[in-house]
Amino acid sequence: MNLKHYIKSFLLWELVLGLKLTGKYLFAKKITVQYPEEKTPQSHRFRGLHAQRRYDNGEERCIACKLCEAVCPALAITIESEQRDDGSRRTTQYDIDLFKCIYCGFCEESCPVDAIVETRHFEYIFENREDSIMTKAKLLEVGDRFESQIAADREKDAPYR
Amino acid sequence: MIELLQTTWNEVPLALQIILKIIVIVVPIMLSVAYLTLAERKVIGYIQVRIGPNRVGPRGLLQPIADGLKLALKEVIIPNNSNHYLFLLGPLLTLAPALVAWAVIPFDEGVVLTDLNAGLLYALAIMSLGVYGILISGWASNSKYALISAVRMGAQMVSYGIAMGFALVGVVLAAGSLNLQEIVLAQEGSFIHWFWLPLAPLFLVYFISGVAETNRAPFDVAEGESEIVAGFHVEYSGMAFALFFLAEYANMILISVLTAVMFLGGWLSPFQGIPGLEYLFSWVPGIVWLLAKTALLLFFFLWFRATFPRYRYDQLMRLGWKVFIPVTIVWLLVTGLAVMVHLGPWFD
Repeated sequence: MNLKHYIKSFLLWELVLGLKLTGKYLFAKKITVQYPEEKTPQSHRFRGLHAQRRYDNGEERCIACKLCEAVCPALAITIESEQRDDGSRRTTQYDIDLFKCIYCGFCEESCPVDAIVETRHFEYIFENREDSIMTKAKLLEVGDRFESQIAADREKDAPYR
Repeated sequence: MIELLQTTWNEVPLALQIILKIIVIVVPIMLSVAYLTLAERKVIGYIQVRIGPNRVGPRGLLQPIADGLKLALKEVIIPNNSNHYLFLLGPLLTLAPALVAWAVIPFDEGVVLTDLNAGLLYALAIMSLGVYGILISGWASNSKYALISAVRMGAQMVSYGIAMGFALVGVVLAAGSLNLQEIVLAQEGSFIHWFWLPLAPLFLVYFISGVAETNRAPFDVAEGESEIVAGFHVEYSGMAFALFFLAEYANMILISVLTAVMFLGGWLSPFQGIPGLEYLFSWVPGIVWLLAKTALLLFFFLWFRATFPRYRYDQLMRLGWKVFIPVTIVWLLVTGLAVMVHLGPWFD
């Protein structure tokens, strides 16, 4: 406790330094992103709402191998399959429970035919609790809606896979 | 025209005249309180590199109205085991002193509701009453956090009230009067004649004690969100809570206005005594200067809140008793000597 210390405390020196710092930030450029009007940039690897894709001829890609169901760490995927009339194995039920899903993207990684994917779409809501189950029909619908974007993103990521 | 207004005004019964005057004072205070909350959110937002509220109305200007409407529409929940009468009395007792004290504030020469000759004493006494509202609400809530907070608040108000009172004794010594108008007139001359300079330590002690007295950060141990939830108003909701909110901000404005009156020359122009500039700004009414000084001090309240972390309780007590009171007593002696030898330019 020397004299200098006393003088500094009586002049509130440290407090003045603090005020100076916050005072500087008062005039700093603001970093707020005003969400609905402005959006932050998004990676092409963004993992949002799920979708099921189709081949160009309209045939659904999913072959009911159930790898995604097996790899899913949250047990959010439920698959039932059956042999179709033309002899190929197809799903009769493909449900993703979005309340369980943790959006890890393992299903997409495990898929041998790039059928299940996660799109960049993240602004979705449910109005009823049961809407949180993405059924096969809903997944295919999302896939049809965002196909161009999904294809472009996969294209961009292809060199790193 | 002016004569006609004058005669009509004189025909209004005296009681009604006083009520009208009170309305003219209280309504702007309430509006300032509302917009002070917006200013606080904006200033703190800006300091945190955010924008702050800007959705309700142009640039967020209607935000306080939306807030008020929300609080007015909310249910006032009264806890079963509380003392219902005291529970509702508490917020009223907190708000009332914050408004009553405005009776003696001089807005310009002769523009004052009551020209009390002991105005300063009155203001100090009324402000100390505010603690009762908080003690009562903390006690009546019948909740341990509210009680802890009320006890903290009581101790804090007593400690800082003493430092504050001593600081004001210095002002009284320097001005030679307890009347707030005469205190302002004693500071006439130029801005170095204002009491902030000869009474600089008292000015600091008074303003910091004022921050403590109004329970603002960094002295908000009575609210202490992170330790005792919200303190004395933890059980309050809706309008009852809104009253505490109003009282806190009304008290901030009151402290700022009193500081401006006692240390920053009240309605006196800062350009007084400077040749040229004094004439250039002579058309500005005194109340504008008073409001500008008040606004500056209020900005400091917000700035402090955005900068300093909360005091630990024992540090708070140490500051009040072991630093502020000795400092004020020493400076009282200095002021007394200066007045005795008629030290210029302040005490001649």
